[in-house]
Amino acid sequence: MSDTAASGLKQSFQLKSASVSLTALELYYFDNDEFEANLRDKISQAPGFFKDIPLVISLEKYEGLDSELDFFKMIGTCRRHNIHVIGVRAGNDDQRRLARGASLALFPGSSLREQAPARAQPDEATKSEAETSSPADVPTSEPAPAKIISQTVRSGQQVYAPEGDLIILAPVQAGAEVLAAGNIHVYGPLRGRALAGIHGAETARVFCQSLEAELVSIAGHYKISEDLQDNGWKSAVQIQLRDDLLVVTPLDKA
Amino acid sequence: MARIIVVTSGKGGVGKTTTSASISTGLAKRGHKTVVIDFDVGLRNLDLIMNCERRVVYDFVNVIQGEATLNQALIKDKRVDTLFILPASQTREKEALTKDGVEKVINELSETFDYIVCDSPAGIEHGALMALYYADEAIVVTNPEVSSVRDSDRILGILQSKSRRAEMGQDPVKEHLLLTRYNPDRVERGEMLSVTDVEEILAIPLLGVIPESQVVLNASNQGLPVILEDQSDAGQAYDDAVARLLGEEREHRFMTSQKKGFFSRMFKGG
Repeated sequence: MSDTAASGLKQSFQLKSASVSLTALELYYFDNDEFEANLRDKISQAPGFFKDIPLVISLEKYEGLDSELDFFKMIGTCRRHNIHVIGVRAGNDDQRRLARGASLALFPGSSLREQAPARAQPDEATKSEAETSSPADVPTSEPAPAKIISQTVRSGQQVYAPEGDLIILAPVQAGAEVLAAGNIHVYGPLRGRALAGIHGAETARVFCQSLEAELVSIAGHYKISEDLQDNGWKSAVQIQLRDDLLVVTPLDKA
Repeated sequence: MARIIVVTSGKGGVGKTTTSASISTGLAKRGHKTVVIDFDVGLRNLDLIMNCERRVVYDFVNVIQGEATLNQALIKDKRVDTLFILPASQTREKEALTKDGVEKVINELSETFDYIVCDSPAGIEHGALMALYYADEAIVVTNPEVSSVRDSDRILGILQSKSRRAEMGQDPVKEHLLLTRYNPDRVERGEMLSVTDVEEILAIPLLGVIPESQVVLNASNQGLPVILEDQSDAGQAYDDAVARLLGEEREHRFMTSQKKGFFSRMFKGG
């Protein structure tokens, strides 16, 4: 065989360990038409951020039949929307065989969930912390650092925290947009658009000192200004997702 | 080194040119050698308000393109002898203002002038970006209504991200809010935003409030910077703004209704 290393020539590559953050799509069942419709809907909420992202299909909560799991269709649909399916997480042996057949990489099931039974009923707060700090399956030793902004976010500006939380110590003006993989904190009036949990973290929350937003979204579930007027408008609130509904609670009663 | 001040707003028709004319005249009247540059290539207006439209031979674009020297293009004001006007070209495109060309002109002006006032065109396109790029300070002209406030907010964001100071990582451009066309009666009737509303939304220091006034329109039509109408409230308000720009402390005036006292006395009496 080749003895390039021995002969002192440089090798064409070197393997290194790398840790990257990925978006996981938690699949409940698969119907290609519905899948595409839902995907299109999600993308329309933040078109720029879904473009050319790598995606892992998580099968932990899959309830459909194995025979319905057509990875080729899924990959094709994602590809049409410029999303690259790179692998599958968890799933039973049959499902994983199907995935391998579609040339997808296999990731182990979420380490977080495997540990969960060992703990005595983790409460809501710790669960949300753990999930937002690791939006995908890649084991990370430290939570993603929060992005901190101390200047007013003006109309037309966009601030994006692709991994962790976003903390803004100034107003977010009408016509501005703030996005984060994790939670969004605004220590000032929130007059623009705030999108938390943009990679699908449903436990992400939005906190602000005065709710005057044009739009608030958590993991793709959103409410527009019109629907926010009745509850907590112009006061300090937190917004979270409960049973697929955005719930606004005053901060002093939280 | 000259201090470079841009007069900008995002929205059109809010009073940028009126403000540029009055602020530059005010600075010059106080003895500072001042030049005011019209960046509105293709929609030249400043020369009309400064009443020098009949004396324009060469313009800003001619200087940038090397067709004239700066001294040939600068027009000396007839009323205040430390004031000069650099008119815009009416026939060229805004793209004629290149970054290098503008820099060259501003650097040359910096050697002899104390203040360079840049009158920005409306919008957030090339002309407006060029007008604000080299600024040390910005006067953001805003009318007390929501769309103007929104556009001012947008331009403040651009000042923070696209000015030379922002790109070089220097101290940010110093921002001033100038509220124009302010009508306290209409504010009281809830038809206009109040000074407090606008200040709260934009969160930048208030340089002045210019009351809505027929005098402003008349002065513009006569080619007179309204600051020279020193008996009028608008003229005095601009004079206050210039004083504040130079660091003087002056109390804000013309923010409450003049007539209100009269009417409320009537109603109380009746």
